[in-house]
Amino acid sequence: MESFLPGPVQNPLMISPHMSDGQGYNSSIPGLYAHQTPTKGSPHPSSGLYNYSGSQNVSPLSNYQGPGQTLNRPPMGPVSMVPLQQGSLPQMPPPSQTSAAVSTSAGSVLPGANLPALSNWQYGQALVSQPTTGSQENHFAHIAGTTSTQPLSSSGNTNPPTSYQYVASPGGPPVQNSYMKPPLGPPPTGCPTSARPFATPAGLPISSAPPHLLNSAMKQEGTTQSPPVPPNSKMGRSVGYSYPTLPPGYQNTSSPGAPGMQSPSLQCTGGPQPFPQPAFGTNHLAASMGGLSLQPEGLRTINLLQERNILPPAPLQAPVPNLHEDIQKLNCNPELFRCTLTNIPQTQALLNKAKLPLGLLLHPFKDLSQLPVVTSSTIVRCRSCRTYINPFVSFLDQRRWKCNLCYRVNDVPEEFMYNPVTRVYGEPHKRPEVQNATIEFMAPSEYMVSYLQLTWFITFDSTIHFYSLQEGLSQPQMLIVSDIEDVFIPMPENLLVNLNENKELIQDLLRTLPQMFTKSLETQSALGPALQAAFKLMSPTGGRITVFQTQLPSVGVGALKSREEPNQKASAKDIHLTPSTDFYKKLALDCSGQQVAVDLFLLSGQYSDLASLGCISRYSAGSVYYYQSYHHRHNPVLVEKLQKELKRYLTRKIGFEAVMRIRCTKGLSIHTFHGNFFVRSTDLLSLPNINPDAGYAVQMSVEESLTDMQVVSFQSALLYTSSKGERRIRVHTMCLPVVTTLNDVYLGADVHAITGLLANMAVDRSVSASLSDARDALVNAVIDSLSAYRASVLSIQQPGLMAPYSLRLFPLHVLALLKQKAFQTGTNTRLDERIFTMCQVKNQPLVYLMLMTHPNLYRVDNLTDEGALNIGDRKIPQPPILQLSVEKLSRDGAYLMDAGSVMLMWIGKNCGHNFISQVLGVPSYASVPQNMTHLAELDTAESVRTIAFISWLREQRPFFPILYIIRDESSLKSSFLQNMIEDRTESALSYYEFLLHIQQQVNK
Amino acid sequence: IIAFDELKTDYKNPIDQCNTLNPLVLPEYLIHAFFCVMFLCAAEWLTLGLNMPLLAYHIWRYMSRPVMSGPGLYDPTTIMNADILAYCQKEGWCKLAFYLLSFFYYLYG
Repeated sequence: MESFLPGPVQNPLMISPHMSDGQGYNSSIPGLYAHQTPTKGSPHPSSGLYNYSGSQNVSPLSNYQGPGQTLNRPPMGPVSMVPLQQGSLPQMPPPSQTSAAVSTSAGSVLPGANLPALSNWQYGQALVSQPTTGSQENHFAHIAGTTSTQPLSSSGNTNPPTSYQYVASPGGPPVQNSYMKPPLGPPPTGCPTSARPFATPAGLPISSAPPHLLNSAMKQEGTTQSPPVPPNSKMGRSVGYSYPTLPPGYQNTSSPGAPGMQSPSLQCTGGPQPFPQPAFGTNHLAASMGGLSLQPEGLRTINLLQERNILPPAPLQAPVPNLHEDIQKLNCNPELFRCTLTNIPQTQALLNKAKLPLGLLLHPFKDLSQLPVVTSSTIVRCRSCRTYINPFVSFLDQRRWKCNLCYRVNDVPEEFMYNPVTRVYGEPHKRPEVQNATIEFMAPSEYMVSYLQLTWFITFDSTIHFYSLQEGLSQPQMLIVSDIEDVFIPMPENLLVNLNENKELIQDLLRTLPQMFTKSLETQSALGPALQAAFKLMSPTGGRITVFQTQLPSVGVGALKSREEPNQKASAKDIHLTPSTDFYKKLALDCSGQQVAVDLFLLSGQYSDLASLGCISRYSAGSVYYYQSYHHRHNPVLVEKLQKELKRYLTRKIGFEAVMRIRCTKGLSIHTFHGNFFVRSTDLLSLPNINPDAGYAVQMSVEESLTDMQVVSFQSALLYTSSKGERRIRVHTMCLPVVTTLNDVYLGADVHAITGLLANMAVDRSVSASLSDARDALVNAVIDSLSAYRASVLSIQQPGLMAPYSLRLFPLHVLALLKQKAFQTGTNTRLDERIFTMCQVKNQPLVYLMLMTHPNLYRVDNLTDEGALNIGDRKIPQPPILQLSVEKLSRDGAYLMDAGSVMLMWIGKNCGHNFISQVLGVPSYASVPQNMTHLAELDTAESVRTIAFISWLREQRPFFPILYIIRDESSLKSSFLQNMIEDRTESALSYYEFLLHIQQQVNK
Repeated sequence: IIAFDELKTDYKNPIDQCNTLNPLVLPEYLIHAFFCVMFLCAAEWLTLGLNMPLLAYHIWRYMSRPVMSGPGLYDPTTIMNADILAYCQKEGWCKLAFYLLSFFYYLYG
């Protein structure tokens, strides 16, 4: 188990508004995430791991025309575009600030810079060595290793958050030898371990930290960061006034969906552009899509039965709200925040008539490449509804603004009159808060907490083993607690250790762990008591617990029984989707109350009742990872997957003690939330941890009619503690128009968002009612909306199945959902797998969910550079997306299916010899190995193209999709064909049959 | 019951809310069942007939409660769901009305 705990002590020094201190502090941030290490002056802003692709290249530099140009936004008065990246160097003219800032941030994600760093991390090596751990008899048998890191509150402001370590031990594999003698067995070979320095106090203005601590931290920094610190600190110092530049470390890169972003920006530059483009990633993109709104195509009605090739060759864009261009360009990036209906119906009656769900899909903590951060002593909020000031408020005059959510008129505080970006007084509407729909506020220094993170380890079989890692011990000491009925914690003060100070000891422990239990015959698992013990250890501070579990918990509280019947039909009534005990749920609620999140790694061959176990993560806002039939030796592919995902898990950004509140314009109300959290009040989610890979969905309803309103707004505010101990608030605001006619509602429907929300609702339905109910509900959603469209919008009744253009992919996506593991029928889905997919539906951001349900299929044996993307010096070919039908496959081609978390490359039997030899690097089709998961980098143009394309796809997401290369005879071929959604399977309809079925129902 | 209604609309931690409400559910049902038994003994067939549907509803409600280790009905994780909240509120008001009416009915009947 692993945990990171915020301590309660405030540290006023941490963020002082004064330049030197504050900047010094900021400058140290980059060290935090080594994979974002900034390299100054890198020429390619978007060559990062996850980036905004080409458009980012263009936007900041070429489109930026400097601040101070004014333009009129009709409802909001004169506004001028300001450099949104606030690189306010007092001495420099604004344009150069911007470019400097941009290049700095962009460089932060160069893969080249990363890789060396990665390999230096100890855990990188450790992980690699894991599969070779010779003595490890079984896969992570019977015992979950538990580690945790815990921050100690430092007393006073003398202790900087020196270094935070993420440590986890993925389980000591104990097979025999259930009782170890207290002093731990001696040395070590490789063991599945990870330890990674997290924060580096490079420029910290704090002197009284224990010198050796600082030193070691510095040393680590040296090893983990390849590009040096100087650029940052320089940058940090250059910041003016109370608005520091974007701390480079914060500019996490933005992930997926990048492909979508290119075309609009291209169109945008082509079209008339009377306004200067803000030099800002997200905004620029949102803005550039303004030109797309109200395309004549949107009004078209499509006869689905006649449209053979309905899938667009490029990834589908989110529809653009029909707003005035100036407002739209300020709107929130649809990847972060989007609504199922971009035209909000005026009344609930209208919404009911449309038969489409109204809801929001959020990805609030997504890694962003550019995020404006505001450090201001006053955060301007509405006095009655506490809404943060946002781009969609209206300024009545210089001193007053009107809230766009509750329509209260507020005063503009004195400090807000001054614009730190342009350094002009009296322009409150040009402040970054009013120019960015996504912004992060840094809470004033009095909210700062300082904390040190500590680590502890617990392993368990039928007993619980604690590890004392007290300073001064030569070897870790194991303490066994066999009384699992009433767990007590032996010597709690010695269990929690600072990883930096006790690195040797912890490494020692992690190295010995795999051997300690290899001879154990114990097969019991006391997960419940171990979790209780972990909770007791963590509860004073809060943080994160990481559980590695390999089997059904069998003893103590929370023991579960196997409920899976091997031949059970999915349609059977007694399919066990609901938890069998509320122990895990209650414990999760306790954890949530103490700000502890539990993340579950399930590495299991047999049934482990994820339905019950998953509750522990679901209600404590943790994440669940599931590796079916994991075996460290027999399943090397999964081992690699675990390594990659664990690495991402340990290195990704994390926010502690988070709460998220969603506010919306009066008249709208929140109906239901979907995701991993605990709902604390009607609009408040409690999230002990927030991670960048978590997505949320919200169902909305129109409570009062929205008459007299042109637009409505939604605002999500996520308050969290960063791993540096800063209290930050990330605010996203979205503004959407209100419409009165059904046709307009259909016009603005966002088919991806609708599908995502429906999938969430269907998961709830299958848990509360039954799977077949959920499937029926999905089909009915299509039928109802299309028949409503037919009945009330179409004036002339035509034969065929008519759908609005915006919903043309709706039946296809619903069919894909029905064929997805979560909702499919038939016996071939194992219960745990089904439940895991349901967890993913609930917890994944929309982009990945859509890839998971409807994978993208590309033909890759004839990639050309035509239409290729240029990212840095790489050329990324852009093959068109093919429909998921075997009819599109040809025996003499090779196809890549990108399903989000996996990629399958199918090689046709008569595939060109060129491809096989030049890309796969094997002489002939017959010699393609059965379990091929890597493409060797060959020195041929074809290979370069293919690898560039695949790695580009991979870079768009934070996790690592494994590539399987399959031939006709491979066992994986069935899973490739299973994703051929438009084709008929034994238990499901083909797309055309599905359409006929819908047509029948609609025309009834 | 009425306190439940009032508090639900306000801001209060659902965990506390459920913890205070759950222990009250079973006594309420038991009291109601006890009254029914009394009516049965007193051969008040009409009154019993009026109360039988509610008794049946109570039994059904308790049978279909979520998986819980303690007594009670309300699950803090789902109670904030708008549908369930609205349902509980409606149920509370209806029962309140029924109890009030029957109170006067018993008094004068």
